Amino acid sequence: MDYLDELENEAIYIMREVAAQFDKPVLLFSGGKDSITLVHLAIKAFYPAKVPFPLMHVDTGHNFPETIEFRDQLVEKYGLNLHVEYVQDAIDNNLVQEESGRYASRNALQTVSLLNGIEKHGFNACIGGARRDEEKARAKERVFSVRDDFGQWNAKNQRPELFDILNGRIDQGENVRAFPISNWTELDVWNYIKRENIELPSVYFAHQRKVFLRDGLIWSDSEYINKDANEEVIEKTVRFRTVGDMTCTAAVESDAADIDSVIGEIVAAEISERGARIDDKRSEAAMEKRKEVGYF
Amino acid sequence: MNILRISTAGSVDDGKSTLIGRLLYDTKSLSKDKIENIENLSKQRGLEDIDLSLITDGLTAEREQGITIDVAHIYFNTPNRKYIVADTPGHVEYTRNMITGASNASVFLILIDARNGIIEQTKRHLFIASLMEIQNIVFVINKMDLVDYEESVYLKIRGEITKLQEKFNLEDRNLTFIPVSAKVGDNVVKRSAATKWFDGPTLLDYLETVDEAKDTTGFRFNVQYVIRPQSDEFHDFRGYAGKVKSGTVKVGDTVKVLSSGQSSKVKAINRYKDKLTHAKQGDSITLELEDDIDISRGDILIPGSEVLEGVKALNSKLCWLGKDDLVPQKRYLLQYGSATVPVKIAAVKSQLDFDTLSFEPNPEAVKVNSINNIDIKSASPLYLDKYKDNPENGYFILVDEVSNATVAVGFNQ
Repeated sequence: MDYLDELENEAIYIMREVAAQFDKPVLLFSGGKDSITLVHLAIKAFYPAKVPFPLMHVDTGHNFPETIEFRDQLVEKYGLNLHVEYVQDAIDNNLVQEESGRYASRNALQTVSLLNGIEKHGFNACIGGARRDEEKARAKERVFSVRDDFGQWNAKNQRPELFDILNGRIDQGENVRAFPISNWTELDVWNYIKRENIELPSVYFAHQRKVFLRDGLIWSDSEYINKDANEEVIEKTVRFRTVGDMTCTAAVESDAADIDSVIGEIVAAEISERGARIDDKRSEAAMEKRKEVGYF
Repeated sequence: MNILRISTAGSVDDGKSTLIGRLLYDTKSLSKDKIENIENLSKQRGLEDIDLSLITDGLTAEREQGITIDVAHIYFNTPNRKYIVADTPGHVEYTRNMITGASNASVFLILIDARNGIIEQTKRHLFIASLMEIQNIVFVINKMDLVDYEESVYLKIRGEITKLQEKFNLEDRNLTFIPVSAKVGDNVVKRSAATKWFDGPTLLDYLETVDEAKDTTGFRFNVQYVIRPQSDEFHDFRGYAGKVKSGTVKVGDTVKVLSSGQSSKVKAINRYKDKLTHAKQGDSITLELEDDIDISRGDILIPGSEVLEGVKALNSKLCWLGKDDLVPQKRYLLQYGSATVPVKIAAVKSQLDFDTLSFEPNPEAVKVNSINNIDIKSASPLYLDKYKDNPENGYFILVDEVSNATVAVGFNQ
């Protein structure tokens, strides 16, 4: 069997298990290519019925405008149901504090809004686009990963997953994070996007952008980032390999304006995908620490 | 390009993580920043050479202890194949993770430290490979550099395992033996000049050519979800979404619902908007039938001509995975396919003794990592194949109703 068919079969199987085993599932939508791929898989899994669960987006207020525009078009096109949880609300309610300084980002603050959203709507299964190849702590995730009422993940107390059987039994207040594309790599996702003609936000392809250089990475110039006086804004032709907040996603210089050139670049790439994520540079165990407190 | 799923097993310090690190390193699957990262970590620890095991040892806790504590999944590609490796720990107490890894693998790599030869753990791994009907077993005899690449060491280990083949019912499996040094890189990806006496494949050569396809016969289809759009366009649509667990199905085939015994013909096989003429093992599809018969989640469809009796009592090999011991007469939930059925353990008939490698009657307790021969009784019928005849419809898990934990995996016999 072709590997993309096999990966798609597996992802659709997981989507259907989530829809069957849980009464309140939700698909966590970030606007990135992985969650867009998830939406595509969900549409395929339940066709000709509509996707039987809503999407939830945690909006930090620092998104690329292109992402939000794309999100709203996608929801419109497929008749999806979207909930938006705003980090600004959590800040206004003193649930979290805005970071300060040069590296201020709302990325870490998302967790509180995510957990609030889950609690408010009573979601008990959250479908996410995490992939095991992204990062070392994610390599150990199960397909169904149980979180307690505080969203905490315990790496040492995971349920074994035998064959294809997914055990989604949980207690009230707990929820499961479900990862249908666990076994996909970045390149698999791109190849699938190409095969399926999946549309993506324009920031994934080469475009002219106002940027500045910091710590050897290309940062997008935006009002959300505190620049030093000597950090000079220049114009470059760039694209983004992952799309998170403008404050935590670095660009790469690229002329890849279409999907074939993007795939060509990835094959040739020397820096791994998360190498361009500023949030992981904080420490070696950055991702593991964030997962323990409920981040994806 | 297809996918090859590999699982690793070995004892502590056999060098599994190093072997996988070596595979990634020598197939140039690591990015520059990952290599720099492990070079820095190796230096920080005062090591002379780069420690390849750091590539896969993910969590902070195990970094500190220098051991792997959970299954990690690793991915790499050659132009030929996509590889998914389940790196599983070698500790006795984490055998459950090894079974987890092996349950989704078509190749089982068993690591052996050339200096130690076969140890109790190796036999446990052999037993599990046998129990789980794994077709392709590779014995990676590692640390050959520490025994001066002596052919006699390799031959001795190979001979001892071959002798165990009959005992473990492994005569019909493909066994391969490869002398390697993961640390130095001998016979993993690059052929070693130090083992001129060895004319077999390197590990990567083997993985590139091994047949990954599972041959199964007998159509089995698990209904996961019933799709009823109730929209204007698809007003009368009723589709059964699920997975072909084994065999094939084509439009026009007569299929039977196991729970009710009712039959109908396949009207359409849908994959999103595509109408297929047939579907095969592993396909996630949506079936439409000619007749409106009662089908819901948990149902299994089989060919109309086949018989698969539902049973309320079954005998099975059971590997206990839970931290708490099995409680006789307690209710557990048996999950197989897309069905969940309450059951009780009627009897624990015997338990595997890893020293004698035979099943001893009347065990005192069923503890984590034990392998048992048990009888299960159920209130409603179970439609399982014998694992040996059709593995895809022959396994199940037990779930504790109170803790919700997955406490056992069973193989129907």
